[in-house]
Amino acid sequence: MDNHSKGFPISHVIGFFMSLVLTFGAAWIALQSSLSMTAVMWIIGTLAVIQAGIQLYMFMHINESNDRIANNINIIYSAFIAVVIVAGSIWVMTSGHSH
Amino acid sequence: MSAKVNAALPLEYQTEQNRMNILGFWIFLGAEIVLFATLFGVYGVLSERHAGGPGQSDLFIVKDVLIQTFLLLTSSFTMGISIFEMRRSNKKGMLMWLVFTLLLGGGFLFMEIREFINYVHEGATMQTSAFLSSFFVLLGTHGLHVTIGIGWAILLIIQMLQRGLTPVTARKTFIFGLYWHFLDVVWIFIFTFVYLRGLVM
Repeated sequence: MDNHSKGFPISHVIGFFMSLVLTFGAAWIALQSSLSMTAVMWIIGTLAVIQAGIQLYMFMHINESNDRIANNINIIYSAFIAVVIVAGSIWVMTSGHSH
Repeated sequence: MSAKVNAALPLEYQTEQNRMNILGFWIFLGAEIVLFATLFGVYGVLSERHAGGPGQSDLFIVKDVLIQTFLLLTSSFTMGISIFEMRRSNKKGMLMWLVFTLLLGGGFLFMEIREFINYVHEGATMQTSAFLSSFFVLLGTHGLHVTIGIGWAILLIIQMLQRGLTPVTARKTFIFGLYWHFLDVVWIFIFTFVYLRGLVM
Protein backbone atom coordinates (compact mmCIF):
# COMPACT_ATOMS: atom_id res chain seq x y z
CA MET A 1 0.00 0.00 0.00
CA ASP A 2 2.92 2.34 0.62
CA ASN A 3 3.78 2.65 -3.05
CA HIS A 4 0.49 4.53 -3.55
CA SER A 5 1.28 7.17 -0.99
CA LYS A 6 4.59 8.64 -2.14
CA GLY A 7 5.81 10.70 -5.05
CA PHE A 8 3.94 11.01 -8.30
CA PRO A 9 0.55 9.28 -8.77
CA ILE A 10 1.83 7.32 -11.78
CA SER A 11 -0.76 4.53 -11.67
CA HIS A 12 -3.59 7.10 -11.74
CA VAL A 13 -2.08 8.93 -14.69
CA ILE A 14 -1.60 5.66 -16.60
CA GLY A 15 -5.18 4.61 -15.76
CA PHE A 16 -6.57 7.96 -16.91
CA PHE A 17 -4.57 7.86 -20.14
CA MET A 18 -5.75 4.29 -20.85
CA SER A 19 -9.39 5.27 -20.15
CA LEU A 20 -9.14 8.13 -22.65
CA VAL A 21 -7.55 5.88 -25.30
CA LEU A 22 -10.21 3.19 -24.79
CA THR A 23 -13.10 5.69 -24.85
CA PHE A 24 -12.05 7.59 -27.94
CA GLY A 25 -10.85 4.35 -29.57
CA ALA A 26 -14.31 2.86 -29.06
CA ALA A 27 -15.94 6.03 -30.47
CA TRP A 28 -13.63 5.92 -33.50
CA ILE A 29 -14.34 2.22 -34.18
CA ALA A 30 -18.10 2.79 -33.82
CA LEU A 31 -18.35 5.96 -35.90
CA GLN A 32 -15.52 5.82 -38.44
CA SER A 33 -14.86 2.17 -39.29
CA SER A 34 -16.86 0.21 -41.84
CA LEU A 35 -17.13 -2.99 -39.75
CA SER A 36 -20.48 -4.73 -39.33
CA MET A 37 -22.77 -3.77 -36.43
CA THR A 38 -22.12 -7.12 -34.70
CA ALA A 39 -18.34 -6.77 -34.97
CA VAL A 40 -18.45 -3.17 -33.71
CA MET A 41 -20.60 -4.12 -30.70
CA TRP A 42 -18.27 -7.00 -29.72
CA ILE A 43 -15.19 -4.79 -29.97
CA ILE A 44 -16.56 -1.76 -28.12
CA GLY A 45 -18.26 -4.02 -25.53
CA THR A 46 -14.88 -5.62 -24.80
CA LEU A 47 -13.24 -2.19 -24.56
CA ALA A 48 -15.93 -1.12 -22.04
CA VAL A 49 -15.27 -4.17 -19.85
CA ILE A 50 -11.50 -3.50 -19.96
CA GLN A 51 -12.13 0.10 -18.95
CA ALA A 52 -14.36 -0.96 -16.05
CA GLY A 53 -11.50 -3.22 -14.92
CA ILE A 54 -9.08 -0.28 -15.04
CA GLN A 55 -11.43 1.75 -12.81
CA LEU A 56 -11.78 -1.14 -10.36
CA TYR A 57 -8.09 -2.02 -10.08
CA MET A 58 -6.27 1.27 -10.68
CA PHE A 59 -8.69 3.82 -9.16
CA MET A 60 -10.84 1.88 -6.68
CA HIS A 61 -7.92 -0.28 -5.41
CA ILE A 62 -10.14 -3.35 -5.09
CA ASN A 63 -7.10 -5.48 -4.22
CA GLU A 64 -5.44 -3.42 -1.50
CA SER A 65 -7.55 -4.03 1.61
CA ASN A 66 -7.50 -7.16 3.76
CA ASP A 67 -10.94 -7.95 2.37
CA ARG A 68 -9.68 -8.27 -1.19
CA ILE A 69 -11.02 -11.81 -1.64
CA ALA A 70 -14.50 -10.85 -0.40
CA ASN A 71 -14.42 -7.73 -2.59
CA ASN A 72 -13.48 -9.68 -5.70
CA ILE A 73 -16.05 -12.42 -5.11
CA ASN A 74 -18.72 -9.77 -4.49
CA ILE A 75 -17.96 -7.82 -7.66
CA ILE A 76 -17.53 -10.90 -9.88
CA TYR A 77 -20.81 -12.33 -8.56
CA SER A 78 -22.59 -8.98 -9.18
CA ALA A 79 -21.19 -8.87 -12.70
CA PHE A 80 -22.43 -12.43 -13.29
CA ILE A 81 -25.93 -11.50 -12.07
CA ALA A 82 -25.83 -8.37 -14.25
CA VAL A 83 -24.96 -10.41 -17.36
CA VAL A 84 -27.73 -12.92 -16.59
CA ILE A 85 -30.29 -10.13 -16.13
CA VAL A 86 -29.34 -8.18 -19.26
CA ALA A 87 -28.58 -11.03 -21.67
CA GLY A 88 -31.39 -13.19 -20.27
CA SER A 89 -34.01 -10.43 -20.58
CA ILE A 90 -33.02 -9.58 -24.13
CA TRP A 91 -32.87 -13.24 -25.13
CA VAL A 92 -36.29 -14.11 -23.66
CA MET A 93 -38.00 -10.98 -24.94
CA THR A 94 -36.64 -11.13 -28.49
CA SER A 95 -36.81 -14.87 -29.17
CA GLY A 96 -40.09 -15.59 -27.35
CA HIS A 97 -42.45 -13.97 -29.85
CA SER A 98 -41.17 -15.65 -32.96
CA HIS A 99 -41.80 -19.26 -31.84
CA MET B 1 -13.13 -3.22 18.41
CA SER B 2 -12.94 0.18 16.82
CA ALA B 3 -10.40 1.31 19.39
CA LYS B 4 -7.69 -0.92 17.90
CA VAL B 5 -5.65 1.28 15.60
CA ASN B 6 -3.07 -0.03 13.14
CA ALA B 7 -0.99 3.01 12.26
CA ALA B 8 0.89 1.17 9.49
CA LEU B 9 -2.20 1.25 7.29
CA PRO B 10 -3.65 4.29 5.46
CA LEU B 11 -5.98 6.35 7.67
CA GLU B 12 -9.19 4.92 6.22
CA TYR B 13 -8.20 1.30 7.01
CA GLN B 14 -6.81 1.87 10.50
CA THR B 15 -9.78 0.67 12.57
CA GLU B 16 -11.87 -2.48 12.31
CA GLN B 17 -14.99 -0.30 12.11
CA ASN B 18 -13.57 1.53 9.07
CA ARG B 19 -12.62 -1.71 7.33
CA MET B 20 -16.12 -3.07 7.89
CA ASN B 21 -17.69 0.16 6.58
CA ILE B 22 -15.59 -0.03 3.42
CA LEU B 23 -16.41 -3.71 2.87
CA GLY B 24 -20.09 -2.88 3.44
CA PHE B 25 -19.93 -0.19 0.80
CA TRP B 26 -18.45 -2.65 -1.70
CA ILE B 27 -21.44 -4.91 -1.05
CA PHE B 28 -23.77 -1.94 -1.62
CA LEU B 29 -22.00 -1.32 -4.94
CA GLY B 30 -22.71 -4.96 -5.85
CA ALA B 31 -26.42 -4.22 -5.33
CA GLU B 32 -26.07 -1.04 -7.41
CA ILE B 33 -24.58 -3.10 -10.26
CA VAL B 34 -27.71 -5.26 -10.22
CA LEU B 35 -29.98 -2.18 -10.08
CA PHE B 36 -28.34 -0.73 -13.18
CA ALA B 37 -28.36 -4.18 -14.84
CA THR B 38 -32.16 -4.28 -14.63
CA LEU B 39 -32.35 -0.83 -16.27
CA PHE B 40 -29.87 -1.84 -18.99
CA GLY B 41 -31.94 -4.99 -19.54
CA VAL B 42 -35.12 -2.93 -19.99
CA TYR B 43 -33.33 -0.56 -22.38
CA GLY B 44 -31.87 -3.50 -24.33
CA VAL B 45 -35.34 -4.98 -24.81
CA LEU B 46 -37.14 -1.72 -25.66
CA SER B 47 -34.48 0.30 -27.50
CA GLU B 48 -35.92 -0.44 -30.94
CA ARG B 49 -39.58 0.29 -30.04
CA HIS B 50 -39.75 3.84 -31.40
CA ALA B 51 -43.56 3.95 -31.81
CA GLY B 52 -43.20 6.37 -34.73
CA GLY B 53 -41.23 8.80 -32.56
CA PRO B 54 -37.61 9.89 -33.00
CA GLY B 55 -34.92 7.20 -32.90
CA GLN B 56 -31.41 7.19 -31.46
CA SER B 57 -29.71 8.62 -34.55
CA ASP B 58 -32.25 11.49 -34.73
CA LEU B 59 -31.46 12.53 -31.15
CA PHE B 60 -27.87 11.72 -30.15
CA ILE B 61 -25.21 14.35 -30.85
CA VAL B 62 -21.73 12.77 -30.99
CA LYS B 63 -19.82 15.87 -29.88
CA ASP B 64 -21.96 16.45 -26.76
CA VAL B 65 -21.75 12.79 -25.72
CA LEU B 66 -17.96 12.84 -26.07
CA ILE B 67 -17.73 16.02 -23.96
CA GLN B 68 -19.93 14.45 -21.24
CA THR B 69 -17.80 11.31 -21.27
CA PHE B 70 -14.59 13.33 -21.09
CA LEU B 71 -15.90 15.37 -18.12
CA LEU B 72 -16.90 12.29 -16.16
CA LEU B 73 -13.69 10.35 -16.97
CA THR B 74 -11.59 13.32 -15.88
CA SER B 75 -13.61 13.71 -12.68
CA SER B 76 -12.95 10.05 -11.86
CA PHE B 77 -9.22 10.74 -12.34
CA THR B 78 -9.25 13.88 -10.13
CA MET B 79 -11.15 11.88 -7.47
CA GLY B 80 -8.32 9.32 -7.53
CA ILE B 81 -5.75 12.11 -7.10
CA SER B 82 -7.77 13.47 -4.18
CA ILE B 83 -7.51 10.11 -2.37
CA PHE B 84 -3.82 9.97 -3.32
CA GLU B 85 -3.28 13.37 -1.64
CA MET B 86 -5.34 12.25 1.36
CA ARG B 87 -2.90 9.36 1.84
CA ARG B 88 -0.03 11.82 1.83
CA SER B 89 -1.90 13.67 4.63
CA ASN B 90 -2.12 16.68 2.32
CA LYS B 91 -5.54 18.02 3.34
CA LYS B 92 -5.31 21.12 1.16
CA GLY B 93 -4.42 19.14 -1.96
CA MET B 94 -7.10 16.59 -1.20
CA LEU B 95 -9.81 19.26 -0.87
CA MET B 96 -8.61 21.06 -4.00
CA TRP B 97 -8.86 17.91 -6.15
CA LEU B 98 -12.21 17.06 -4.58
CA VAL B 99 -13.53 20.50 -5.59
CA PHE B 100 -12.21 19.93 -9.14
CA THR B 101 -14.07 16.61 -9.14
CA LEU B 102 -17.30 18.33 -8.15
CA LEU B 103 -16.89 21.06 -10.77
CA LEU B 104 -16.39 18.42 -13.47
CA GLY B 105 -19.37 16.46 -12.13
CA GLY B 106 -21.42 19.66 -12.18
CA GLY B 107 -20.34 20.27 -15.78
CA PHE B 108 -21.43 16.76 -16.70
CA LEU B 109 -24.81 17.30 -15.03
CA PHE B 110 -25.28 20.64 -16.81
CA MET B 111 -24.62 18.97 -20.19
CA GLU B 112 -26.99 16.11 -19.39
CA ILE B 113 -29.86 18.36 -18.27
CA ARG B 114 -29.37 20.53 -21.36
CA GLU B 115 -29.47 17.37 -23.50
CA PHE B 116 -32.74 16.23 -21.90
CA ILE B 117 -34.30 19.70 -22.38
CA ASN B 118 -33.30 19.61 -26.06
CA TYR B 119 -34.88 16.17 -26.47
CA VAL B 120 -38.14 17.35 -24.92
CA HIS B 121 -38.16 20.37 -27.25
CA GLU B 122 -37.74 17.99 -30.18
CA GLY B 123 -40.83 16.11 -28.99
CA ALA B 124 -38.93 13.22 -27.43
CA THR B 125 -40.41 12.84 -23.94
CA MET B 126 -40.77 9.88 -21.59
CA GLN B 127 -44.29 9.34 -22.93
CA THR B 128 -43.29 9.27 -26.62
CA SER B 129 -42.15 5.66 -26.95
CA ALA B 130 -40.90 2.63 -25.04
CA PHE B 131 -37.39 3.46 -26.25
CA LEU B 132 -37.54 6.94 -24.70
CA SER B 133 -39.17 5.73 -21.45
CA SER B 134 -36.37 3.24 -20.87
CA PHE B 135 -33.75 5.75 -22.06
CA PHE B 136 -34.86 8.46 -19.62
CA VAL B 137 -35.17 6.00 -16.71
CA LEU B 138 -31.66 4.58 -17.27
CA LEU B 139 -29.97 7.94 -17.88
CA GLY B 140 -32.07 9.65 -15.20
CA THR B 141 -31.11 7.08 -12.56
CA HIS B 142 -27.44 7.63 -13.37
CA GLY B 143 -27.89 11.44 -13.36
CA LEU B 144 -29.71 11.22 -10.01
CA HIS B 145 -26.76 9.27 -8.59
CA VAL B 146 -24.37 11.99 -9.79
CA THR B 147 -26.59 14.68 -8.23
CA ILE B 148 -26.74 12.85 -4.89
CA GLY B 149 -22.96 12.34 -5.09
CA ILE B 150 -22.35 16.07 -5.50
CA GLY B 151 -24.52 16.86 -2.45
CA TRP B 152 -22.79 14.11 -0.46
CA ALA B 153 -19.31 15.45 -1.30
CA ILE B 154 -20.26 19.03 -0.36
CA LEU B 155 -21.31 17.75 3.09
CA LEU B 156 -18.02 15.80 3.32
CA ILE B 157 -16.00 18.91 2.49
CA ILE B 158 -17.81 20.86 5.23
CA GLN B 159 -17.11 18.09 7.75
CA MET B 160 -13.47 17.88 6.65
CA LEU B 161 -13.04 21.64 7.19
CA GLN B 162 -14.62 21.39 10.65
CA ARG B 163 -12.94 18.21 11.95
CA GLY B 164 -9.78 17.90 9.87
CA LEU B 165 -8.31 14.71 8.45
CA THR B 166 -9.16 11.91 10.91
CA PRO B 167 -9.62 8.15 10.37
CA VAL B 168 -13.38 8.77 10.25
CA THR B 169 -13.37 11.62 7.72
CA ALA B 170 -10.71 9.77 5.67
CA ARG B 171 -12.91 6.67 5.55
CA LYS B 172 -15.94 8.71 4.51
CA THR B 173 -13.99 10.38 1.73
CA PHE B 174 -12.56 7.05 0.56
CA ILE B 175 -16.07 5.59 0.39
CA PHE B 176 -17.28 8.60 -1.58
CA GLY B 177 -14.36 7.96 -3.95
CA LEU B 178 -15.55 4.37 -4.51
CA TYR B 179 -19.05 5.68 -5.27
CA TRP B 180 -17.75 8.27 -7.73
CA HIS B 181 -15.55 5.77 -9.63
CA PHE B 182 -18.52 3.40 -9.75
CA LEU B 183 -20.66 6.09 -11.44
CA ASP B 184 -17.94 6.45 -14.05
CA VAL B 185 -18.04 2.67 -14.66
CA VAL B 186 -21.82 2.85 -15.17
CA TRP B 187 -21.35 5.76 -17.58
CA ILE B 188 -18.81 3.76 -19.65
CA PHE B 189 -21.54 1.16 -20.24
CA ILE B 190 -24.15 3.84 -21.02
CA PHE B 191 -21.71 5.47 -23.45
CA THR B 192 -21.01 2.14 -25.17
CA PHE B 193 -24.38 0.37 -25.15
CA VAL B 194 -26.73 3.36 -25.39
CA TYR B 195 -24.93 6.13 -27.30
CA LEU B 196 -22.39 4.34 -29.51
CA ARG B 197 -24.78 1.45 -30.22
CA GLY B 198 -27.56 3.94 -31.03
CA LEU B 199 -25.30 5.81 -33.44
CA VAL B 200 -24.14 2.60 -35.18
CA MET B 201 -27.68 1.22 -35.64
